[in-house]
Amino acid sequence: MPNKASTFPEEVLEHVLSFITNDKDRNAVSVVCKSWYEIERWCRKRIFVGNCYAVRPDMVIRRFPELRSVELKGKPHFADFNLVPDSWGGYFYPWIVALATAYPWLEEIRLKRMVISDESLEVIAKSFKNFKVLVLSSCEGFSTDGLSAIAAGCRNLRELDLRESEVDDPSGQWLNSFPDSFTSLVSLNISCLGAELSFSALERLVGQCPDLNNLQLNHAVPVERLAKLIRQAPQLVELGTGEFSAKLQPEIFSNLAGAFSVCKELRSLSGFWDVNPAYLPAVYPVCSGLTSLNLRYANIKSADLNKLVSQCPNLQRLWVLDYIEDVGLEALAACCKDLTELRVFPSDPFAAEPNVSLTERGLVSVSEGCPKLQSVLYFCRQMTNAALVTVAKNRPSMTCFRLCIIEPQAPDYQTLQPLDLGFGAIVENYKDLRRLSLSGLLTDRVFEYIGTYGKKIEMLSVAFAGDSDLGLHHVLYGCERLCKLEIRDCSFGDKALLANAAKLETMRSLWMSSCSVSFGACKLLGQKMPRLNVEVIDERGPPESRPESYPVEKLYIYRTIAGPRLDMPGFVWTMDADSVSRFS
Amino acid sequence: MAGCSKNVEACPRLLDLIPNEREWLGKREDERSSSEEKKLELRLGPPGEDWSLKNTSNRERHESQLNSFGYFTNGNQQAPKFPSSAENSHVWFNQQQQGQVVPPPFLKFPSSSTPPTATASQQSLPVMAKESSQPCCTKAVVELQQCAEKKAFSPPAPANTAVPNSSQKRTAPGPVVGWPPIRSFRKNLASSSGSYSKPTVESPNKPVETCKKGLFVKINMEGVPIGRKVDLKAYDTYEKLSTAVDELFRGLLAAQRDSSSNGITDKQEEAKAITGVLDGSGEYTLVYEDNEGDMMLAGDVPWHMFVSTVKRLRVLKSSEVSALSLGSIKQEKVAVN
Repeated sequence: MPNKASTFPEEVLEHVLSFITNDKDRNAVSVVCKSWYEIERWCRKRIFVGNCYAVRPDMVIRRFPELRSVELKGKPHFADFNLVPDSWGGYFYPWIVALATAYPWLEEIRLKRMVISDESLEVIAKSFKNFKVLVLSSCEGFSTDGLSAIAAGCRNLRELDLRESEVDDPSGQWLNSFPDSFTSLVSLNISCLGAELSFSALERLVGQCPDLNNLQLNHAVPVERLAKLIRQAPQLVELGTGEFSAKLQPEIFSNLAGAFSVCKELRSLSGFWDVNPAYLPAVYPVCSGLTSLNLRYANIKSADLNKLVSQCPNLQRLWVLDYIEDVGLEALAACCKDLTELRVFPSDPFAAEPNVSLTERGLVSVSEGCPKLQSVLYFCRQMTNAALVTVAKNRPSMTCFRLCIIEPQAPDYQTLQPLDLGFGAIVENYKDLRRLSLSGLLTDRVFEYIGTYGKKIEMLSVAFAGDSDLGLHHVLYGCERLCKLEIRDCSFGDKALLANAAKLETMRSLWMSSCSVSFGACKLLGQKMPRLNVEVIDERGPPESRPESYPVEKLYIYRTIAGPRLDMPGFVWTMDADSVSRFS
Repeated sequence: MAGCSKNVEACPRLLDLIPNEREWLGKREDERSSSEEKKLELRLGPPGEDWSLKNTSNRERHESQLNSFGYFTNGNQQAPKFPSSAENSHVWFNQQQQGQVVPPPFLKFPSSSTPPTATASQQSLPVMAKESSQPCCTKAVVELQQCAEKKAFSPPAPANTAVPNSSQKRTAPGPVVGWPPIRSFRKNLASSSGSYSKPTVESPNKPVETCKKGLFVKINMEGVPIGRKVDLKAYDTYEKLSTAVDELFRGLLAAQRDSSSNGITDKQEEAKAITGVLDGSGEYTLVYEDNEGDMMLAGDVPWHMFVSTVKRLRVLKSSEVSALSLGSIKQEKVAVN
């Protein structure tokens, strides 16, 4: 079949490709033949880089000259839990310098877990002529000065989303930097900001942007200000409130209830910091339309919480604290038949004893009652194999299953057995499982199950589990689609890692901390696998000051075509061939 | 050169395994000799001689392994599926019902050799098939270890002694950094927001960082593009702060000045101390932006008042400070307080 495709005019193929948006599909298209590679690279508008050290910006620019949208990720996921030391890296500056000169028409930047200076934000504000979307998710390093620059400079900004970012010395004045002529905002998420906002500026902004449909406020917006904001934007589809804690005053309540009742389009509610439950009935009018409810920060106790949830029969997504308890989840299972995603967070994760009655039973109820359930994150304090087996059989369509039993290595509390069988049933039944987090007492056996059945698992998180290298070997050998693997406090060591070195090149990254991988093995791996960056992270000082066989503190391995990075702080060592020869 | 060749000898054998991995895993199913088996079993225990404490428990573990191995092969040939209830699952573990939480060692599940795909297509868990007990991966481990024992590469012994093994960890979990896995950001908010009845004036309105680590404030110096942060909690007087300013910026400022001139100069010689930032006698003056957005001269109000109102610090050229309107507002504020 010699090259029929190339008889197409390029324009036709380009047009066809414009309908292919999925990253993987685009990648597949680009390896069909040289001409497809060429055509594809010239018409690629968006790129996703899952690790900012896997490729250099100049390489991206050379290959894709027409990008409009760039999405980058920086630090490893475990950074969320303080396992990655500050100043590890993930700096956006080198990227923005390159992007600014290469893509004057860049419209979107989406970053996750990156360090972004105010200078970088200033470069964004002044470099791109038609900049529209800035999403900084779990990022840090910038302040409200940088946000001011964005507000003042990006005249066509549609989306500004700072979800879960850490913003320095917040002052609410930056909102004043949006010019009076600015009307394009569609989505604003400033829920992470600490300081009080300038309410006049906020009200002006909300009032002048007729297309605003997503507004996520921070906790400093008091309930008495909320009504006015909502009335200015009755078209809102998603709303994150501020705090709800004022003493109940009838006029505030009726004002708020009135405002909510006008919001016919509202589908998603979040916020509710510090709730006075007496105000909750004010949102009841919109509840029947809600598909998403995020009460992750709402310390509403069981009874009020259940009343609220029972008002929302159409929920597809619920994030909630464990105040919901088993009874609440049972009620949820009975009334929310469209639920696809449930996250239950601990209200007091560090308490020695349970402060609420939330057990494996709640999870079982939801798996029984919600036929569309696909994604679960569940923190609890006790679990049994039997419950996991039931959950596994009830919902075979699950794609994401993250269970955190708060006490490490807790066995099945009824039989005192490891939870191997339970998780084994999970991986056996969930044929489409993409993401899995394990907890509780687990032996190597569970990893054998995972390696055998977890053929579609892309991300796996492991903590305090397994007995030997064999556990890790099963996973690396068996999980064909594994992309990210993160492990902490397990007795996995050199052998499994070295025996599966080639596998590491097919994955995005592997994180191992407090495991048994020796410095010698890291050196060997770095030396022999030039396309892997093997980073030893050790805050105790240079690893060569200890015996080679001594385990390293933290290890981060990722594939890269950029070579070793140059911005490492003093506690990170890369094990490339050059530096290894320096060590020996 | 000597060190180099040593490496070359030791390593290639190890890494020979890597390119052939699949083949190696599939091919050698039938090759296990009894001596290798022995080695495998030995391997199950932590290597090294100094196991006076752990040795006994370890031996017990071995015995229970062997026992349960026998039990499984005789008693429960046909239970490849997951039991549908907890009761059934007890059967699997009879040997270990005595209440201790010893994890079943992997030899009990000697199916590793069966290609995962094969078992998957049978829809069953590869738990009980004794015949297929050639554990390909353990074989790998043996090879790895043999070669590891030869030279340089001797990880297991020290690794096991240095890191508490899993059964030990099991007894004393204690508080661990990053566990349970909750975003630190969330933790701060959750701990600072109490019940609704509490006055909300305390922590929620302050920057998150304040409660966490100290009082970090950004500090910028004129002529230096890189900003820094200082923890005001670490100082108790203006004098100490001014020393810190010198430490933070002396080198950077010198580097900035030198960046045009080439050649490596002795930094210590070149870098002039930054002094007199408080009384205006030096080249630079320390000013700050307070919580109302006003620019103030550092040193004019008592330290504690400064700490409670400062939002960010700037080190400006003294010649430019006079151009700013600083004085009058400050006087009012002092009077009010």
